[in-house]
Amino acid sequence: MQSGRVCLREALEAHFFRGEFSVFIKMQFMLLFSRQGKLRLQKWYVPLSDKEKKKITRELVQTVLARKPKMCSFLEWRDLKIVYKRYASLYFCCAIEDQDNELITLEIIHRYVELLDKYFGSVCELDIIFNFEKAYFILDEFLLGGEAQETSKKNVLKAIEQADLLQENIDFQMRLFSGVMVPNMVSESSGLFQTS
Amino acid sequence: MPAVSKGDGMRGLAVFISDIRNCKSKEAEIKRINKELANIRSKFKGDKALDGYSKKKYVCKLLFIFLLGHDIDFGHMEAVNLLSSNKYTEKQIGYLFISVLVNSNSELIRLINNAIKNDLSSRNPTFMCLALHCIANVGSREMAEAFASEIPRILVAGDTMDSVKQSAALCLLRLYKTSPDLVLMGEWTSRVVHLLNDQHMGVVTAAISLITCLSQKNPDEFKTCVSLAVSRLSRIVSSASTDLQDYTYYFVPAPWLSCKLLRLLQCYPPPEDGAVKGRLVECLETILNKAQEPPKSKKVQHSNAKNAILFEAISLIIHYDSEPNLLVRACNQLGQFLQHRETNLRYLALESMCTLASSEFSHEAVKTHIETVINALKTERDVSVRQRAADLLYAMCDRSNAKQIVAEMLSYLETADYSIREEMVLKVAILAEKYAVDYSWYVDTILNLIRIAGDYVSEEVWYRVIQIVINRDDVQGYAAKTVFEALQAPACHENMVKVGGYILGEFGNLIAGDPRSSPLVQFNLLHSKFHLCSVPTRALLLSAYIKFINLFPETKATIQEVLRCDSQIRNSDVELQQRAVEYLKLSSIASTDVLATVLEEMPPFPERESSILAKLKKKKGPGAVSVTELEDNKREGGELNGGGERGPDTSAMSTPSPSADLLGIRSAVPVGAAPASAGSLLVDVFSEAGPAAVSAAVNDDGFLRFVCKNNGVLFENQLLQIGIKSEYRQNLGRMYLFYGNKTSVQFASFTTTVSCPGELQLQLNVQTKPVEPLVEGGAQIQQVLNIECLTDFSEAPLLNIKFRYGGALQNLTLKLPVTINKFFQPTEMASQDFFQRWKQLSQPTQEAQKIFKASHGMDTEVLKAKLLGLGTALLDNVDPNPENYVCAGVIQTKGQQVGCLLRLEPNAQAQMYRLTLRCSKDSVSKRLCELLAEQF
Repeated sequence: MQSGRVCLREALEAHFFRGEFSVFIKMQFMLLFSRQGKLRLQKWYVPLSDKEKKKITRELVQTVLARKPKMCSFLEWRDLKIVYKRYASLYFCCAIEDQDNELITLEIIHRYVELLDKYFGSVCELDIIFNFEKAYFILDEFLLGGEAQETSKKNVLKAIEQADLLQENIDFQMRLFSGVMVPNMVSESSGLFQTS
Repeated sequence: MPAVSKGDGMRGLAVFISDIRNCKSKEAEIKRINKELANIRSKFKGDKALDGYSKKKYVCKLLFIFLLGHDIDFGHMEAVNLLSSNKYTEKQIGYLFISVLVNSNSELIRLINNAIKNDLSSRNPTFMCLALHCIANVGSREMAEAFASEIPRILVAGDTMDSVKQSAALCLLRLYKTSPDLVLMGEWTSRVVHLLNDQHMGVVTAAISLITCLSQKNPDEFKTCVSLAVSRLSRIVSSASTDLQDYTYYFVPAPWLSCKLLRLLQCYPPPEDGAVKGRLVECLETILNKAQEPPKSKKVQHSNAKNAILFEAISLIIHYDSEPNLLVRACNQLGQFLQHRETNLRYLALESMCTLASSEFSHEAVKTHIETVINALKTERDVSVRQRAADLLYAMCDRSNAKQIVAEMLSYLETADYSIREEMVLKVAILAEKYAVDYSWYVDTILNLIRIAGDYVSEEVWYRVIQIVINRDDVQGYAAKTVFEALQAPACHENMVKVGGYILGEFGNLIAGDPRSSPLVQFNLLHSKFHLCSVPTRALLLSAYIKFINLFPETKATIQEVLRCDSQIRNSDVELQQRAVEYLKLSSIASTDVLATVLEEMPPFPERESSILAKLKKKKGPGAVSVTELEDNKREGGELNGGGERGPDTSAMSTPSPSADLLGIRSAVPVGAAPASAGSLLVDVFSEAGPAAVSAAVNDDGFLRFVCKNNGVLFENQLLQIGIKSEYRQNLGRMYLFYGNKTSVQFASFTTTVSCPGELQLQLNVQTKPVEPLVEGGAQIQQVLNIECLTDFSEAPLLNIKFRYGGALQNLTLKLPVTINKFFQPTEMASQDFFQRWKQLSQPTQEAQKIFKASHGMDTEVLKAKLLGLGTALLDNVDPNPENYVCAGVIQTKGQQVGCLLRLEPNAQAQMYRLTLRCSKDSVSKRLCELLAEQF
């Protein structure tokens, strides 16, 4: 526990050098991982080494997966607060600063799930696995630098769809593949909203 | 909308992902990945130019592999190529790769920056947004250098699209966090504030994050945002749930923006303008009222969004801490949440009430919920919620309810989770000490603590109980009686034996009158535990025995016999053996008078901050205890141990230690080798000063680190971090000091003074402006020092910092790293010139030389970097021995110039250096030699 704190501190101290101070960063990172502990998406809003990122991920996945369903969605972890919520087979997990608003962060997660759901059409874990780049693009339209950029669902989707219109080469095989090649992964293909 | 119509599926990528997912083992996965990496590498290296689609596909595969947790060391160039593609998706993938796999290769950075520059000036809003997202995601210093002046322009330009403005605002925020020095305030700043009035809610939502950050650092410049924020908030709060269209979230109008507005207002004190304040209070009341209205939806999202605003409003109310009515209403609202069926709400209510407990207006209101909180401590199923309940009990504790709370916490301890026991123990110990009316209760509580959770009772806790018993004679008899009884238990914790041994050794005589606890009974009781204990405890018991001999001469024979037996006098542990030998000798040689003097009762301990409190602070971070400290100052005035010091300030050294020297007995054991007596065990803790007590110029290390560099962190403790940036030209210098408040609590009366002690004031001229007296929690303030070197100097200017943190005055003095070498101008010269001048400076006083051992590695590049950092010119081909380093420079002072030559001769074999300095002024040679000898 202590060592982890030191590592984050070191990273932050490195930034002090350039005048940065941690408190202004709302969200420090967001992780999406499955019930099996597989990381599906990671977004870091503080600069950390790959090694440190892996360590944090490992620890956090373990901690969150060990929690029981009715427990509260917040926990203190190192010097941060973790806000998490499970949607079907996926856990969405954000790290925020001590004085930040937990409930609004919970709704940040929900809005992101709504955006994914709307974009993919009842989203499931498989959509995020096979279209991971899209999941990142949507996140970037919604949150930038750990802060809410645009909270209107319509506006975010408009931005993404505009981008899609700019594309050529629409490939219809995508969906077929995901369905055919992994028929037995029921949990990953169940809609995130269905069981929540 | 099925995914199939979205995006351009990359078939190869999908196949690859499927393959990976079908791998049965980790090995198979790695094999498949290596195959793919080889394939991609060959495609990238191949003669055939790849088309954009293939390049995108392969870059995307690399990204996928990286995100799986494997290292990727190529593909960056191909990703950069994608940036200049005209096809949006190719560009997009290129940017994503760059953002995730940031690379510090300077050539690449140049290319990336070029591509970004092109996109920023493309006037295509989607391209501009992509470029801004990339800058925000990477946020490196190099990007700040390239774009920090460009982005404010985009942000406030009249023709910028709303979506671009949003990205620009948050991008600028990121750069400001990374490199505040590169984002210059200017004409744009006032226009940014007015973005709070923007028609587009998205623009306001993005801009307010930037404004909040900027106003934390420059509150005065952004003061106008307060009234704008209040009126925006008021419009949102009073709007109907459908007014804001897509910004309404589950019937709650603009929850994110509302929270951000309330957060921005927490950067400032309550508005001075009566009208603005009235409007704000009205908003806060409306928010509180809405909490009582029936919900517009059953969805949890509705109540979460609504309550998110409510909690943020309560934070603001607590921040102002000036509206008793609102504080009490907030408290009642939280009281309702304490019994809510949503675990999340109960958790947050407990957490939020902790801060309310520290306000004098709401402390009493918080106390009325004591039963609910105790119940939560007992029945909550989630340990993190129970933890909050324990925190709240701790925060609401005062003299009136201390006994109840301590009793509840003690009984909770019996079943508490292991993860929180240690902290609970500390809290109980602190509360028991702080609110002890009669000290017998205190002693009982701590002994109970040891009984219930002995393993979690740290040294600090049992040291403290001994310290208090020694300092208060009215409780000594009771303590002796109680430990005696506690020791009767067949299995008692070793910590109990320690406390028992110590207390009976000191005060056993107070209960010796009772035949049931006669001296011999006491001794036999203690000794019955002896063999089960660890070495340190046995050592302590041996000291207790020798004290017994003094207290009760009748036990002398029995104890001597124990000491004399082989298991003591020939114990394999040196410490135990030595004690046994010395004590035995002492007891047989010394006269009763001498014995009485040596083994006299412990003198009272000097009063200081409870080391337990320091420990809890360390554990929890300072925020957690500030509440009680505040109360402390408000209500108690620190009365434990009966105000002030009793008796002389006995230093640690006067602790009676069985030093044979004192008695003139020269035993076989070396004198003074028995310092670890029970007394000095105690002393150890007290030498570990709490964070509040910092004495003069503590940063010698920090100071020396700056001889060869100008920037870095000068000092850091749990509360404060001080960073330095400095630059020097000729005989002038400028130093920027950054004071960062690491806590969440405001520093009040923050003052800094720079002084030049002694003759330094004639040698160095340092000027500065006073800093703002308030440093908000988490904020950083900056101070500029202008420095002029009048003549050469050896001492360092001192920086004294004073501030109040949670009521306690902090005082800190640091050496500022202004050293004579900072005023060096490098001088290039040829070999011949160098040696000619070297010879000219041949008077013995002009030379200073030191031979010293290398304390760091002797790496050439590191050495060179240090010598350059020193400020001199590093001269090549001057010294006939290429292993040696020679440097030359001129120190510029106002009055004169001092020429300096330096020669450093490393001896790698011996790991030694010889450093020689010759300067036109003797004192400079000497000083430089001193400073430099510590650097290598």
